[in-house]
Amino acid sequence: MTSEIQLAGFGGQGILFAGKVLAYCGMMADREVSWLPSYGPEMRGGTCNCSVTLSDEPIGSPTVYTPDILIVMNEPSFLKFIDNVRPGGCAFVDSTLVDSKTDRTDIDVYEIPATSMAEENGLKGGANIIILGMLLKKTGIITLEEIEAAIRKIVPPAKAQLIENNMKAVSLGYDFS
Amino acid sequence: MEERMLMKGNEALAEAAIRAGCKCYFGYPITPQTEIAAYMSKRMPKVGGVFIQAESEIAAINMVYGAASAGVRAMTSSSSPGISLKSEGISYLAGADLPCVIVNVERGGPGLGGIQPSQSDYYLATKAGGHGDFSLLVFAPSTVQEMADLAVKAFDTADKYRMPAMILADGLLGQMMEPVRFPESYAPQPEKPWACSGHANKREHNIVNSLYLVPEELEKSNIARFERYETVKREEALSENYLTDDAQIIVTAFGATARIVRSAVNMARAEGIKAGLIRPVTLWPFPVKAYRDALSTAKAYLSVEMNMGQMVNDVKLAIDCKRPVHFFGRTGGMVPTPAEVLAQLRAINEQTGKD
Repeated sequence: MTSEIQLAGFGGQGILFAGKVLAYCGMMADREVSWLPSYGPEMRGGTCNCSVTLSDEPIGSPTVYTPDILIVMNEPSFLKFIDNVRPGGCAFVDSTLVDSKTDRTDIDVYEIPATSMAEENGLKGGANIIILGMLLKKTGIITLEEIEAAIRKIVPPAKAQLIENNMKAVSLGYDFS
Repeated sequence: MEERMLMKGNEALAEAAIRAGCKCYFGYPITPQTEIAAYMSKRMPKVGGVFIQAESEIAAINMVYGAASAGVRAMTSSSSPGISLKSEGISYLAGADLPCVIVNVERGGPGLGGIQPSQSDYYLATKAGGHGDFSLLVFAPSTVQEMADLAVKAFDTADKYRMPAMILADGLLGQMMEPVRFPESYAPQPEKPWACSGHANKREHNIVNSLYLVPEELEKSNIARFERYETVKREEALSENYLTDDAQIIVTAFGATARIVRSAVNMARAEGIKAGLIRPVTLWPFPVKAYRDALSTAKAYLSVEMNMGQMVNDVKLAIDCKRPVHFFGRTGGMVPTPAEVLAQLRAINEQTGKD
Protein backbone atom coordinates (compact mmCIF):
# COMPACT_ATOMS: atom_id res chain seq x y z
CA MET A 1 0.00 0.00 0.00
CA THR A 2 1.14 3.53 -0.72
CA SER A 3 -0.06 6.70 0.99
CA GLU A 4 0.79 10.00 -0.61
CA ILE A 5 0.38 12.87 1.81
CA GLN A 6 0.67 16.59 1.30
CA LEU A 7 0.90 19.08 4.17
CA ALA A 8 0.53 22.81 3.62
CA GLY A 9 0.21 26.01 5.62
CA PHE A 10 2.22 28.99 6.80
CA GLY A 11 5.90 28.84 7.69
CA GLY A 12 6.12 28.46 11.48
CA GLN A 13 3.08 26.20 11.89
CA GLY A 14 5.21 23.08 12.01
CA ILE A 15 4.21 21.82 8.56
CA LEU A 16 7.66 20.34 7.90
CA PHE A 17 7.84 18.95 11.45
CA ALA A 18 4.46 17.20 11.13
CA GLY A 19 5.66 15.74 7.83
CA LYS A 20 8.79 14.53 9.55
CA VAL A 21 6.72 12.85 12.27
CA LEU A 22 4.74 11.00 9.58
CA ALA A 23 7.95 9.97 7.82
CA TYR A 24 9.39 8.65 11.09
CA CYS A 25 6.17 6.71 11.70
CA GLY A 26 6.79 4.94 8.39
CA MET A 27 10.40 4.27 9.40
CA MET A 28 9.23 2.76 12.70
CA ALA A 29 7.03 0.39 10.70
CA ASP A 30 10.04 -0.49 8.52
CA ARG A 31 8.36 0.93 5.42
CA GLU A 32 9.76 2.96 2.54
CA VAL A 33 9.35 6.68 3.17
CA SER A 34 10.23 9.96 1.53
CA TRP A 35 9.88 13.55 2.72
CA LEU A 36 10.31 16.52 0.43
CA PRO A 37 9.92 20.14 1.51
CA SER A 38 9.04 22.97 -0.81
CA TYR A 39 12.04 25.24 -0.87
CA GLY A 40 12.38 28.62 -2.42
CA PRO A 41 12.97 32.27 -1.67
CA GLU A 42 10.48 32.00 1.18
CA MET A 43 10.09 33.97 4.37
CA ARG A 44 8.57 33.61 7.82
CA GLY A 45 4.80 33.73 7.49
CA GLY A 46 4.96 32.75 3.81
CA THR A 47 3.38 29.57 2.52
CA CYS A 48 5.11 26.28 3.02
CA ASN A 49 4.31 22.73 2.00
CA CYS A 50 5.79 19.30 2.06
CA SER A 51 5.23 15.91 0.43
CA VAL A 52 5.42 12.68 2.40
CA THR A 53 5.08 9.21 0.91
CA LEU A 54 4.74 6.02 2.96
CA SER A 55 4.91 2.84 0.90
CA ASP A 56 5.70 -0.85 0.84
CA GLU A 57 7.34 -0.41 -2.58
CA PRO A 58 10.37 1.68 -3.60
CA ILE A 59 9.16 5.27 -3.95
CA GLY A 60 9.27 6.88 -7.39
CA SER A 61 8.57 10.57 -7.52
CA PRO A 62 9.00 12.11 -4.06
CA THR A 63 6.79 15.01 -5.12
CA VAL A 64 3.13 14.40 -4.32
CA TYR A 65 0.85 15.82 -7.03
CA THR A 66 -2.46 14.11 -6.18
CA PRO A 67 -2.44 13.37 -2.45
CA ASP A 68 -4.45 10.58 -0.87
CA ILE A 69 -4.34 12.69 2.27
CA LEU A 70 -4.12 16.48 2.43
CA ILE A 71 -3.46 18.44 5.61
CA VAL A 72 -4.13 22.17 5.22
CA MET A 73 -3.55 24.81 7.84
CA ASN A 74 -4.31 28.05 6.01
CA GLU A 75 -6.72 29.52 3.52
CA PRO A 76 -4.35 29.97 0.53
CA SER A 77 -3.19 26.35 0.78
CA PHE A 78 -6.77 25.12 0.99
CA LEU A 79 -7.68 26.97 -2.20
CA LYS A 80 -4.51 25.83 -3.94
CA PHE A 81 -4.54 22.14 -3.08
CA ILE A 82 -8.08 20.94 -2.27
CA ASP A 83 -8.88 20.15 -5.91
CA ASN A 84 -5.73 18.02 -6.22
CA VAL A 85 -6.86 15.43 -3.67
CA ARG A 86 -7.32 12.05 -5.33
CA PRO A 87 -10.98 10.96 -5.56
CA GLY A 88 -11.66 8.71 -2.57
CA GLY A 89 -8.98 10.54 -0.58
CA CYS A 90 -9.40 12.82 2.39
CA ALA A 91 -8.48 16.27 3.65
CA PHE A 92 -7.83 17.47 7.21
CA VAL A 93 -8.58 21.14 7.53
CA ASP A 94 -7.69 23.46 10.40
CA SER A 95 -11.06 25.20 10.63
CA THR A 96 -9.71 27.92 12.93
CA LEU A 97 -7.78 29.31 9.97
CA VAL A 98 -9.70 28.09 6.91
CA ASP A 99 -13.15 29.53 6.18
CA SER A 100 -13.65 28.23 2.65
CA LYS A 101 -15.53 25.04 1.91
CA THR A 102 -15.26 22.68 -1.02
CA ASP A 103 -18.21 21.34 -2.96
CA ARG A 104 -16.37 18.11 -3.72
CA THR A 105 -18.31 15.03 -2.63
CA ASP A 106 -15.77 12.46 -3.78
CA ILE A 107 -13.43 13.08 -0.85
CA ASP A 108 -13.85 13.06 2.93
CA VAL A 109 -13.22 16.45 4.48
CA TYR A 110 -12.46 16.48 8.21
CA GLU A 111 -12.59 19.89 9.84
CA ILE A 112 -10.93 20.44 13.19
CA PRO A 113 -10.34 23.79 14.94
CA ALA A 114 -6.82 22.66 15.76
CA THR A 115 -5.25 26.07 16.29
CA SER A 116 -7.84 27.19 18.88
CA MET A 117 -7.76 23.75 20.54
CA ALA A 118 -3.99 24.07 20.90
CA GLU A 119 -4.28 27.52 22.44
CA GLU A 120 -7.07 26.52 24.85
CA ASN A 121 -5.00 23.58 26.09
CA GLY A 122 -1.74 25.45 26.56
CA LEU A 123 -0.19 23.72 23.55
CA LYS A 124 0.63 26.75 21.43
CA GLY A 125 2.17 25.57 18.19
CA GLY A 126 0.74 22.09 18.63
CA ALA A 127 -2.09 22.36 16.09
CA ASN A 128 -0.06 20.36 13.57
CA ILE A 129 0.21 17.39 15.93
CA ILE A 130 -3.46 17.66 16.97
CA ILE A 131 -4.32 17.16 13.30
CA LEU A 132 -2.03 14.11 13.14
CA GLY A 133 -3.98 12.66 16.10
CA MET A 134 -7.19 12.97 14.10
CA LEU A 135 -5.50 11.57 10.98
CA LEU A 136 -4.35 8.56 12.97
CA LYS A 137 -7.92 7.82 14.06
CA LYS A 138 -9.63 8.44 10.72
CA THR A 139 -7.17 6.80 8.35
CA GLY A 140 -5.30 4.19 10.38
CA ILE A 141 -2.21 4.59 8.16
CA ILE A 142 -0.09 5.08 11.28
CA THR A 143 -0.51 3.75 14.82
CA LEU A 144 -0.36 5.34 18.24
CA GLU A 145 2.78 3.32 19.05
CA GLU A 146 4.48 4.52 15.88
CA ILE A 147 3.67 8.18 16.47
CA GLU A 148 4.90 8.01 20.06
CA ALA A 149 8.11 6.30 18.97
CA ALA A 150 8.50 8.87 16.19
CA ILE A 151 8.10 11.82 18.54
CA ARG A 152 10.54 10.30 21.03
CA LYS A 153 13.03 9.86 18.19
CA ILE A 154 12.74 13.45 16.95
CA VAL A 155 12.53 15.39 20.23
CA PRO A 156 15.96 15.70 21.84
CA PRO A 157 16.22 14.16 25.36
CA ALA A 158 16.96 17.60 26.84
CA LYS A 159 13.45 18.70 25.87
CA ALA A 160 11.53 15.73 27.35
CA GLN A 161 8.63 18.03 28.27
CA LEU A 162 7.91 18.40 24.58
CA ILE A 163 7.30 14.67 24.23
CA GLU A 164 4.50 14.86 26.80
CA ASN A 165 3.00 17.96 25.14
CA ASN A 166 3.10 16.36 21.71
CA MET A 167 1.44 13.19 22.98
CA LYS A 168 -1.22 15.32 24.66
CA ALA A 169 -1.81 16.99 21.31
CA VAL A 170 -2.12 13.60 19.61
CA SER A 171 -4.81 12.58 22.15
CA LEU A 172 -6.74 15.83 21.66
CA GLY A 173 -6.96 15.22 17.92
CA TYR A 174 -7.69 11.54 18.36
CA ASP A 175 -10.60 12.21 20.74
CA PHE A 176 -12.09 15.03 18.66
CA SER A 177 -15.23 14.01 16.87
CA MET B 1 24.61 -2.77 9.08
CA GLU B 2 23.56 0.11 11.27
CA GLU B 3 19.95 1.15 11.80
CA ARG B 4 18.09 3.23 9.24
CA MET B 5 18.35 6.97 9.73
CA LEU B 6 16.07 9.58 8.18
CA MET B 7 18.30 12.18 6.53
CA LYS B 8 18.32 14.78 3.81
CA GLY B 9 20.31 13.77 0.75
CA ASN B 10 22.79 16.57 1.38
CA GLU B 11 23.36 15.43 4.97
CA ALA B 12 23.65 11.75 4.06
CA LEU B 13 26.27 12.60 1.46
CA ALA B 14 28.26 14.66 3.96
CA GLU B 15 28.11 11.96 6.64
CA ALA B 16 29.17 9.28 4.16
CA ALA B 17 32.11 11.39 2.99
CA ILE B 18 33.31 11.72 6.58
CA ARG B 19 32.96 7.98 7.16
CA ALA B 20 34.90 7.36 3.94
CA GLY B 21 37.79 9.27 5.46
CA CYS B 22 37.28 12.76 4.08
CA LYS B 23 39.37 14.97 6.34
CA CYS B 24 39.11 18.29 4.57
CA TYR B 25 35.99 20.07 3.39
CA PHE B 26 36.09 23.49 1.79
CA GLY B 27 32.95 25.19 0.59
CA TYR B 28 30.89 28.27 0.10
CA PRO B 29 27.12 28.46 0.69
CA ILE B 30 24.67 28.26 -2.19
CA THR B 31 21.14 26.85 -2.37
CA PRO B 32 20.29 23.97 -2.69
CA GLN B 33 23.48 22.40 -1.31
CA THR B 34 24.12 24.50 1.77
CA GLU B 35 23.18 21.63 4.14
CA ILE B 36 26.40 19.88 3.08
CA ALA B 37 28.51 22.79 4.31
CA ALA B 38 26.36 23.19 7.44
CA TYR B 39 26.70 19.50 8.28
CA MET B 40 30.45 19.54 7.69
CA SER B 41 30.87 22.59 9.91
CA LYS B 42 29.27 20.70 12.80
CA ARG B 43 30.87 17.28 12.26
CA MET B 44 34.36 17.91 10.88
CA PRO B 45 35.82 19.45 14.05
CA LYS B 46 34.53 16.46 16.04
CA VAL B 47 36.34 13.92 13.86
CA GLY B 48 39.63 15.76 13.75
CA GLY B 49 38.98 17.09 10.27
CA VAL B 50 39.05 20.53 8.74
CA PHE B 51 36.06 22.63 7.73
CA ILE B 52 36.69 25.97 6.08
CA GLN B 53 34.07 28.29 4.69
CA ALA B 54 36.22 29.76 1.95
CA GLU B 55 35.95 33.32 0.72
CA SER B 56 34.74 32.06 -2.67
CA GLU B 57 34.13 28.91 -4.69
CA ILE B 58 37.45 29.48 -6.46
CA ALA B 59 39.30 29.58 -3.16
CA ALA B 60 37.53 26.41 -2.01
CA ILE B 61 38.52 24.35 -5.06
CA ASN B 62 42.13 25.50 -4.75
CA MET B 63 42.14 24.47 -1.09
CA VAL B 64 41.01 21.05 -2.31
CA TYR B 65 44.01 21.07 -4.67
CA GLY B 66 46.29 21.73 -1.73
CA ALA B 67 44.82 19.08 0.55
CA ALA B 68 44.67 16.48 -2.24
CA SER B 69 48.34 17.19 -3.09
CA ALA B 70 49.19 16.22 0.46
CA GLY B 71 47.39 12.91 -0.02
CA VAL B 72 44.35 13.80 2.10
CA ARG B 73 40.81 12.90 1.09
CA ALA B 74 39.27 16.29 0.33
CA MET B 75 35.90 17.49 -0.90
CA THR B 76 34.10 20.60 -1.98
CA SER B 77 30.46 21.12 -2.89
CA SER B 78 28.42 23.75 -4.62
CA SER B 79 25.51 24.22 -6.97
CA SER B 80 25.60 24.98 -10.69
CA PRO B 81 26.84 28.62 -10.85
CA GLY B 82 29.39 27.80 -8.16
CA ILE B 83 30.67 24.83 -10.16
CA SER B 84 31.27 27.11 -13.15
CA LEU B 85 33.51 29.16 -10.89
CA LYS B 86 35.39 26.05 -9.83
CA SER B 87 36.09 24.94 -13.43
CA GLU B 88 39.59 26.35 -13.54
CA GLY B 89 40.57 24.55 -10.36
CA ILE B 90 38.97 21.32 -11.56
CA SER B 91 41.10 21.43 -14.70
CA TYR B 92 44.23 21.96 -12.57
CA LEU B 93 43.28 19.01 -10.34
CA ALA B 94 42.83 16.80 -13.41
CA GLY B 95 46.11 18.06 -14.91
CA ALA B 96 47.95 17.28 -11.69
CA ASP B 97 46.31 13.82 -11.43
CA LEU B 98 44.80 14.58 -8.04
CA PRO B 99 41.97 12.53 -6.56
CA CYS B 100 39.19 14.48 -4.84
CA VAL B 101 35.40 14.73 -4.75
CA ILE B 102 33.42 17.65 -6.12
CA VAL B 103 29.68 17.70 -5.43
CA ASN B 104 27.27 19.56 -7.68
CA VAL B 105 23.71 19.76 -6.34
CA GLU B 106 22.33 21.26 -9.54
CA ARG B 107 19.87 24.11 -9.86
CA GLY B 108 18.34 25.73 -12.93
CA GLY B 109 20.56 27.70 -15.31
CA PRO B 110 22.20 29.23 -17.26
CA GLY B 111 23.53 32.25 -15.44
CA LEU B 112 22.28 32.74 -11.93
CA GLY B 113 19.23 30.76 -13.07
CA GLY B 114 16.95 29.63 -10.27
CA ILE B 115 17.19 27.48 -7.17
CA GLN B 116 14.86 24.62 -8.08
CA PRO B 117 16.11 21.18 -9.21
CA SER B 118 17.77 20.78 -12.60
CA GLN B 119 20.09 18.47 -14.52
CA SER B 120 21.39 21.05 -16.92
CA ASP B 121 25.03 20.58 -15.95
CA TYR B 122 25.30 17.21 -17.72
CA TYR B 123 27.55 18.68 -20.39
CA LEU B 124 29.58 20.57 -17.80
CA ALA B 125 30.14 17.39 -15.79
CA THR B 126 30.72 14.91 -18.61
CA LYS B 127 32.25 17.00 -21.40
CA ALA B 128 33.56 20.32 -20.22
CA GLY B 129 34.49 20.45 -16.57
CA GLY B 130 37.24 22.91 -17.47
CA HIS B 131 39.83 23.61 -20.16
CA GLY B 132 42.12 20.97 -21.60
CA ASP B 133 42.03 17.28 -22.44
CA PHE B 134 40.53 15.54 -19.43
CA SER B 135 37.54 13.73 -18.01
CA LEU B 136 36.00 13.51 -14.57
CA LEU B 137 34.45 10.46 -12.98
CA VAL B 138 30.78 11.42 -12.76
CA PHE B 139 28.36 9.66 -10.42
CA ALA B 140 24.61 10.33 -10.54
CA PRO B 141 22.79 9.24 -7.37
CA SER B 142 19.05 8.64 -7.53
CA THR B 143 18.15 8.09 -3.86
CA VAL B 144 19.33 9.41 -0.52
CA GLN B 145 20.94 6.01 0.07
CA GLU B 146 22.92 6.47 -3.15
CA MET B 147 23.91 9.99 -2.16
CA ALA B 148 25.74 8.21 0.68
CA ASP B 149 26.94 5.12 -1.17
CA LEU B 150 28.25 6.98 -4.21
CA ALA B 151 30.10 9.49 -2.04
CA VAL B 152 32.15 6.57 -0.70
CA LYS B 153 32.51 5.07 -4.17
CA ALA B 154 33.62 8.45 -5.56
CA PHE B 155 36.48 8.71 -3.07
CA ASP B 156 37.58 5.11 -3.66
CA THR B 157 37.47 5.38 -7.46
CA ALA B 158 39.13 8.80 -7.49
CA ASP B 159 42.03 7.42 -5.44
CA LYS B 160 42.28 4.30 -7.58
CA TYR B 161 42.76 6.24 -10.83
CA ARG B 162 44.20 9.48 -9.42
CA MET B 163 41.49 11.63 -10.92
CA PRO B 164 38.82 14.01 -9.61
CA ALA B 165 35.30 12.62 -9.18
CA MET B 166 32.10 14.60 -9.42
CA ILE B 167 28.81 13.71 -7.78
CA LEU B 168 26.09 15.14 -9.98
CA ALA B 169 22.95 15.47 -7.86
CA ASP B 170 20.10 17.98 -7.97
CA GLY B 171 18.00 20.06 -5.61
CA LEU B 172 15.39 17.34 -5.24
CA LEU B 173 17.91 14.76 -4.01
CA GLY B 174 19.68 17.29 -1.83
CA GLN B 175 16.54 18.47 -0.06
CA MET B 176 14.53 15.28 0.30
CA MET B 177 14.72 12.94 3.27
CA GLU B 178 14.70 9.16 3.00
CA PRO B 179 15.97 6.39 5.24
CA VAL B 180 19.65 5.67 4.83
CA ARG B 181 21.95 3.01 6.25
CA PHE B 182 25.67 3.49 6.52
CA PRO B 183 27.97 0.50 6.20
CA GLU B 184 30.02 -0.39 9.27
CA SER B 185 33.32 -0.95 7.52
CA TYR B 186 35.09 0.81 4.69
CA ALA B 187 37.84 -0.22 2.31
CA PRO B 188 41.25 0.95 3.50
CA GLN B 189 42.59 3.98 1.69
CA PRO B 190 45.40 3.22 -0.75
CA GLU B 191 48.96 4.37 -0.13
CA LYS B 192 49.80 7.62 -1.93
CA PRO B 193 53.56 7.51 -2.51
CA TRP B 194 53.23 10.49 -4.88
CA ALA B 195 51.80 12.82 -2.21
CA CYS B 196 53.60 15.94 -1.02
CA SER B 197 53.35 14.98 2.61
CA GLY B 198 56.91 15.65 3.73
CA HIS B 199 59.96 13.61 2.64
CA ALA B 200 61.76 13.88 6.00
CA ASN B 201 65.06 13.56 4.08
CA LYS B 202 64.26 9.91 3.44
CA ARG B 203 63.14 10.10 -0.18
CA GLU B 204 63.26 12.38 -3.19
CA HIS B 205 60.78 15.20 -2.86
CA ASN B 206 57.50 14.78 -4.73
CA ILE B 207 56.14 17.38 -7.10
CA VAL B 208 52.45 17.86 -7.88
CA ASN B 209 52.01 20.19 -10.81
CA SER B 210 50.02 20.71 -13.98
CA LEU B 211 52.54 22.94 -15.74
CA TYR B 212 54.59 21.32 -18.56
CA LEU B 213 56.39 23.90 -20.71
CA VAL B 214 57.97 21.28 -22.94
CA PRO B 215 55.29 20.17 -25.43
CA GLU B 216 56.69 16.64 -25.74
CA GLU B 217 56.31 16.15 -21.99
CA LEU B 218 52.81 17.62 -21.88
CA GLU B 219 51.71 15.39 -24.74
CA LYS B 220 53.19 12.37 -22.99
CA SER B 221 51.30 13.14 -19.80
CA ASN B 222 48.03 13.60 -21.70
CA ILE B 223 48.46 10.32 -23.57
CA ALA B 224 49.28 8.47 -20.34
CA ARG B 225 46.15 9.95 -18.71
CA PHE B 226 43.96 8.88 -21.62
CA GLU B 227 45.35 5.35 -21.42
CA ARG B 228 44.15 5.33 -17.83
CA TYR B 229 40.75 6.59 -19.00
CA GLU B 230 40.45 3.55 -21.27
CA THR B 231 40.77 1.30 -18.21
CA VAL B 232 38.17 3.41 -16.40
CA LYS B 233 35.76 3.08 -19.34
CA ARG B 234 36.26 -0.69 -19.38
CA GLU B 235 35.91 -1.28 -15.67
CA GLU B 236 33.97 1.46 -13.93
CA ALA B 237 30.76 2.02 -15.94
CA LEU B 238 27.69 1.42 -13.79
CA SER B 239 24.02 1.27 -14.66
CA GLU B 240 20.76 -0.16 -13.40
CA ASN B 241 18.17 -1.89 -15.57
CA TYR B 242 14.48 -2.05 -14.68
CA LEU B 243 12.09 -4.24 -16.68
CA THR B 244 14.28 -4.10 -19.78
CA ASP B 245 14.32 -7.83 -20.64
CA ASP B 246 11.43 -7.59 -23.10
CA ALA B 247 11.25 -3.79 -23.38
CA GLN B 248 10.25 -2.36 -26.75
CA ILE B 249 10.67 1.18 -25.50
CA ILE B 250 13.79 1.90 -23.48
CA VAL B 251 13.41 4.99 -21.37
CA THR B 252 16.59 6.35 -19.92
CA ALA B 253 17.04 8.87 -17.15
CA PHE B 254 19.58 9.58 -14.45
CA GLY B 255 19.39 10.93 -10.92
CA ALA B 256 16.07 12.06 -9.48
CA THR B 257 14.43 11.93 -12.91
CA ALA B 258 14.98 8.16 -13.01
CA ARG B 259 12.64 7.79 -10.01
CA ILE B 260 9.90 9.63 -11.85
CA VAL B 261 10.49 7.54 -14.97
CA ARG B 262 10.34 4.36 -12.91
CA SER B 263 6.83 5.32 -11.77
CA ALA B 264 5.89 6.07 -15.38
CA VAL B 265 7.27 2.69 -16.54
CA ASN B 266 5.09 0.95 -13.95
CA MET B 267 2.05 2.89 -15.17
CA ALA B 268 2.88 2.05 -18.81
CA ARG B 269 3.33 -1.64 -18.02
CA ALA B 270 -0.11 -1.65 -16.36
CA GLU B 271 -1.48 -0.52 -19.75
CA GLY B 272 0.41 -3.23 -21.59
CA ILE B 273 3.12 -0.95 -22.98
CA LYS B 274 6.44 -2.80 -22.91
CA ALA B 275 8.61 -0.08 -21.42
CA GLY B 276 11.82 -0.49 -19.44
CA LEU B 277 14.29 1.83 -17.76
CA ILE B 278 18.06 2.11 -18.12
CA ARG B 279 19.49 4.34 -15.43
CA PRO B 280 23.12 5.32 -15.87
CA VAL B 281 24.74 5.50 -12.44
CA THR B 282 28.02 6.70 -13.88
CA LEU B 283 27.59 9.41 -16.51
CA TRP B 284 31.30 9.26 -17.26
CA PRO B 285 32.19 6.60 -18.08
CA PHE B 286 28.86 6.26 -19.89
CA PRO B 287 27.45 2.70 -19.56
CA VAL B 288 27.40 2.11 -23.32
CA LYS B 289 26.95 -1.66 -23.08
CA ALA B 290 23.60 -1.43 -21.27
CA TYR B 291 22.14 0.54 -24.18
CA ARG B 292 23.62 -1.77 -26.81
CA ASP B 293 22.37 -4.89 -25.05
CA ALA B 294 18.83 -3.49 -25.09
CA LEU B 295 18.89 -3.24 -28.91
CA SER B 296 17.76 -6.88 -29.13
CA THR B 297 14.22 -5.93 -28.04
CA ALA B 298 14.09 -2.13 -28.27
CA LYS B 299 12.29 -0.39 -31.11
CA ALA B 300 12.82 3.10 -29.72
CA TYR B 301 14.65 4.94 -26.96
CA LEU B 302 13.41 7.90 -24.94
CA SER B 303 15.68 10.09 -22.83
CA VAL B 304 13.96 12.01 -20.03
CA GLU B 305 15.97 14.78 -18.42
CA MET B 306 15.64 18.00 -16.45
CA ASN B 307 17.39 19.92 -19.23
CA MET B 308 17.04 20.48 -22.98
CA GLY B 309 18.37 17.06 -24.00
CA GLN B 310 22.02 16.96 -23.05
CA MET B 311 22.24 13.15 -22.69
CA VAL B 312 20.55 12.35 -26.01
CA ASN B 313 23.76 12.32 -28.06
CA ASP B 314 25.46 9.90 -25.67
CA VAL B 315 22.52 7.51 -26.08
CA LYS B 316 22.64 7.87 -29.87
CA LEU B 317 26.37 7.14 -29.90
CA ALA B 318 25.94 4.17 -27.57
CA ILE B 319 23.55 2.50 -30.03
CA ASP B 320 25.25 3.85 -33.19
CA CYS B 321 21.96 5.60 -34.08
CA LYS B 322 20.38 2.20 -34.84
CA ARG B 323 17.03 3.25 -33.31
CA PRO B 324 15.23 6.58 -32.95
CA VAL B 325 16.12 8.37 -29.73
CA HIS B 326 13.28 10.58 -28.53
CA PHE B 327 13.58 13.24 -25.90
CA PHE B 328 11.31 14.65 -23.23
CA GLY B 329 12.53 17.19 -20.74
CA ARG B 330 11.55 19.99 -18.43
CA THR B 331 13.96 22.74 -17.59
CA GLY B 332 14.49 25.84 -15.50
CA GLY B 333 13.63 24.08 -12.25
CA MET B 334 10.52 22.32 -13.53
CA VAL B 335 10.34 18.62 -12.64
CA PRO B 336 8.70 16.18 -15.08
CA THR B 337 5.72 14.27 -13.69
CA PRO B 338 5.08 10.53 -14.13
CA ALA B 339 1.89 11.42 -16.06
CA GLU B 340 3.85 13.53 -18.56
CA VAL B 341 6.34 10.72 -19.14
CA LEU B 342 3.49 8.23 -19.54
CA ALA B 343 1.95 10.43 -22.25
CA GLN B 344 5.28 10.30 -24.12
CA LEU B 345 5.40 6.52 -23.78
CA ARG B 346 1.85 6.18 -25.12
CA ALA B 347 2.69 8.33 -28.14
CA ILE B 348 5.90 6.42 -28.91
CA ASN B 349 4.12 3.11 -28.41
CA GLU B 350 1.48 4.07 -30.93
CA GLN B 351 4.14 5.12 -33.41
CA THR B 352 6.30 2.00 -33.02
CA GLY B 353 3.16 -0.15 -33.28
CA LYS B 354 2.60 1.22 -36.78
CA ASP B 355 6.17 0.66 -37.95
